[in-house]
Amino acid sequence: MEKGILYRIAGPVVVAKNLKAKMYDVVRVGKEKLMGEVIQIDGDKVIIQVYEDTSGIKPDEEVINTGKPLSVELGPGLLTSIYDGIQRPLPVLQELMGDFIKRGIDAPGLDRKKKWDFKATKKKGEKVKGGDILGEVEETEGVMHKILVPPNIEGKITALESGKYTVDDTIGELDNGTKIQLMHSWPVRKSRPVKQKLPPITPLITGQRVFDAFFPLAKGGVAAIPGPFGAGKTVSQQQLAKWSDADIIVYIGCGERGNEMTEVLTEFPHLTDPRSGRPLMNRTTLIANTSNMPVAAREVSIYTGITIAEYYRDQGFSVALMADSTSRWAEAMREISSRLEEMPGEEGYPAYLSTRLAEFYERAGRVIPLGTDKEGSISVIGAVSPPGGDFSEPVTQSTLRVTKTFWALDAKLAQRRHFPSINWLTSYSLYLNQLSPWFKESVSADWTETVAHCMKILQEEDKLLEIVQLVGSDSLPEKEQLTLEVARLIRENVLQQNAFHDIDTFSPLPKTYRLMKIILHFSSLAQGSLGRGMRMKQIIATKAKDRIANAKFEKDYDKLLTDIEHEMQEEFNKLG
Amino acid sequence: MLKEYKTIEKIAGPLIFVKNTEPIGYADLVRIQLPSGEIKNGQVLDTSKDIVVVQVFEGTSGIDKETKVKFLGENIKLAVSKDMLGRILSGAGKPIDGGPEIVPEKRVEIIGAAINPFSRNSPSEFFQTGVSTVDAMNTLVRGQKLPIFSGSGLPHNEIALQIARQSKVVGEGAKFAIVFAGMGITNEEAQYFMRDFEETGALERAVVFLNLADDPAVERLITPRMALTAAEYLAYEHDMHVLVILTDLTNYCESLREIGAAREEVPGRRGYPGYMYTDLASIYERAGMIKGRKGSITQVPILTMIGDDITHPIPDLTGYITEGQIVLSRELHRRGVYPPVDVLPSLSRLMNSGIGGKKTRDDHKQVSDQLYAFYAEGRDLRGLVAIVGEEALSERDRRLLHFAAEFEDNVVRQSNREDRSIQQTLDIGWKLLAKFPKRELSRISPELKEKYWKGTE
Repeated sequence: MEKGILYRIAGPVVVAKNLKAKMYDVVRVGKEKLMGEVIQIDGDKVIIQVYEDTSGIKPDEEVINTGKPLSVELGPGLLTSIYDGIQRPLPVLQELMGDFIKRGIDAPGLDRKKKWDFKATKKKGEKVKGGDILGEVEETEGVMHKILVPPNIEGKITALESGKYTVDDTIGELDNGTKIQLMHSWPVRKSRPVKQKLPPITPLITGQRVFDAFFPLAKGGVAAIPGPFGAGKTVSQQQLAKWSDADIIVYIGCGERGNEMTEVLTEFPHLTDPRSGRPLMNRTTLIANTSNMPVAAREVSIYTGITIAEYYRDQGFSVALMADSTSRWAEAMREISSRLEEMPGEEGYPAYLSTRLAEFYERAGRVIPLGTDKEGSISVIGAVSPPGGDFSEPVTQSTLRVTKTFWALDAKLAQRRHFPSINWLTSYSLYLNQLSPWFKESVSADWTETVAHCMKILQEEDKLLEIVQLVGSDSLPEKEQLTLEVARLIRENVLQQNAFHDIDTFSPLPKTYRLMKIILHFSSLAQGSLGRGMRMKQIIATKAKDRIANAKFEKDYDKLLTDIEHEMQEEFNKLG
Repeated sequence: MLKEYKTIEKIAGPLIFVKNTEPIGYADLVRIQLPSGEIKNGQVLDTSKDIVVVQVFEGTSGIDKETKVKFLGENIKLAVSKDMLGRILSGAGKPIDGGPEIVPEKRVEIIGAAINPFSRNSPSEFFQTGVSTVDAMNTLVRGQKLPIFSGSGLPHNEIALQIARQSKVVGEGAKFAIVFAGMGITNEEAQYFMRDFEETGALERAVVFLNLADDPAVERLITPRMALTAAEYLAYEHDMHVLVILTDLTNYCESLREIGAAREEVPGRRGYPGYMYTDLASIYERAGMIKGRKGSITQVPILTMIGDDITHPIPDLTGYITEGQIVLSRELHRRGVYPPVDVLPSLSRLMNSGIGGKKTRDDHKQVSDQLYAFYAEGRDLRGLVAIVGEEALSERDRRLLHFAAEFEDNVVRQSNREDRSIQQTLDIGWKLLAKFPKRELSRISPELKEKYWKGTE
């Protein structure tokens, strides 16, 4: 291995001399062998970002180049794990160094001792190429982990046996001498190859009414969720991680609060997936690089996460990746960039900020993997924390240019305790048309019209409220007062959803649909009544509509809504 | 034997540049001896074989090229001991109360390592401050970091002292301590703090660090870390529940900017360094609880919002890291309400996990929701009344309008010597709610209304 010596140390960026190195090679720095990565080469100087605290490191200490790029280990054991930004398992770190994160300790991403029950599906003599499925392992209950031929490798199988193996045992061999293991590594900064990228056509069902109905995200799509502090970014991200109908969830806590990761860790094992009935943790990988952990490791945590997501995608799974928050990632880039004394772009961010963001989001998508015809997808949901809640800042703007779904969090709604505080007037989804055939077929033929009708009422409300502020609602014509009332019902019963209520926390599509329908039904009954000379006062006094709210919290919502519908009909019959 | 160098090349602001040294460790502590004999301390910011950059804590005045520089080969450490309780120390950890030096039990690096998120325990225990707007409306939970967003001229120091005096952790045999760190505070404020701590007896269970406004800016950067190191020692080695009060973070951030500028760094928003988020996180994230350890660290950092602007980088970055915020209102202060806490923009993210039946009282959540809802409506109506007059309001709206005033007078307002238990606060809440008909209390369940509502229909 190539060696050099340290020349200069200034925080997380150090300079080595006399070191032969390629860009992005992983190096070991100083006596304590801290992990670092080459990020710039300038004459005889090699500039390295170090993933651990550099206090006490001196010039003249040794730097060793491993010659390999920063990689993650891919294989069974990723699910239910919690990692730091460079894929060191946090429980192992706790064992090795106690409750506080110290430095200079290496821990492999996958457990070397655990034995997995491997069932081969390919036989001796078969020809295989990169991405082909050799067999499977039940990683957690219900998740069949496919063992893949590492990309860029091909040959004829000369040996392959089912049996119990650890991740680094040899399970087989190819005719060119390549030994096959349950795990392989992949460099994090390089996207894994696929056979073909496809346009997204099915929605990622989130169980959150405002997302599913009004601003749906496609499987393989990308969404940005920006908002000021206290608007509910993290709760929204966690809701998506809990209830999305993806097969695999990768949750990256990038530069966020330690207590939040603890919350996810304590909560997820006790929550059950509404579809499979198994613990949510079984399909989840967590990456936690909290705000006080080293900044260079924060920069890389996003790549670690997306590479793991790609690995599961290549097995034909639909993966949803949550990154909370991409702003902290951008800030880490800014910090490193400013230590390199690069020419800053807007607000001190490096000029390559938008390229990096775009590259990251481009790793999402619906694809046909190399080795299987079963489609896989990665949907990415990136939280953005704009300073002062100002969406015109560079990270939000660069993100919006590449994401097709925009969920705008609004502090004013949060203060009025309207949750999830997604602003329905400024948010958008460009997948609406692509996805509407799916909704028509899977939920109801008039899904698209129903959603559009509700949205129209909400937009009318917004216009009317401007007038109301000037003249008061009593001076509006009766018909428009009705619009306000219907809009209120939509806001309170469709848009608002209680993340902390056992039943309301997850709303299946048929429920979302029926809630919208019943409100529109009320609207048309009321319009009929107004036409026959009834007054708004009498309509407001009807009781059935107030019970719609109960349906949100009712397990057997179907029956209750049918009841309410009958009662509503009767009330209006009586009104005449 | 450590070498002494007389090779200062350049002096600029708080920085000195030393050349021709042996290899020097990054972040090592530095001792600087002036020709006058005066000793100053510093820390290595940037080290290379050509030049070593040292930041001098006490400022560079008096340093010349004849000054001797010695590198100590270790990071900044704080001598900790249980005897620190009851003592007043300078921002650099030296006694300033006229008492003897502290005999250290051990010396600990002040740059704390990050707690492994896997080792953390979720905060879930109620922490009583005796201040209604905090306890009932934005409950502080053990292990939480909940800042107070204030403005210049608002009584945040008084509130800080009141919380320091009154705080208790509920539970048997729990040992409690306060670590108080003043950063960049005026001499007058320092006197006021010291007097108050001594007179009220709060000093007995407190460690006080005071960095004054005329102390060097660089020292301000180590004061909160000294305080948190002391807190960690008391919490994790002596099983104490420690409340850390830090005031004023705005002064801290100003120093951070000053040092950044002296180092000629690329500035971020409003000239503050781009790494301010990470830097603040390395302070705030030291709050918490650890599995298997009895102690805890709860933080109440105080900052003054520049121009009362909550989107200014200091409150903004703080809000993104801390678990909520208590916001003080200039309007309430003008009307003579103490403590002038505006509950509407205030928030405690961990409140729900620290309240309820066994922790506070069964009605806590619902009463607080109801008070919140009514007060928000009442406040909105004030704007309307200014235009249309009170007569034009419906009966319900008039009730809400009066409620908002009564809420401010009875729940928000309390004397700075009044220590209200959570039960007392909730009872006050019910007294106000009794003026509403039962059916209007939409946020409260029928059972709880039956149990606590004492109005007449």
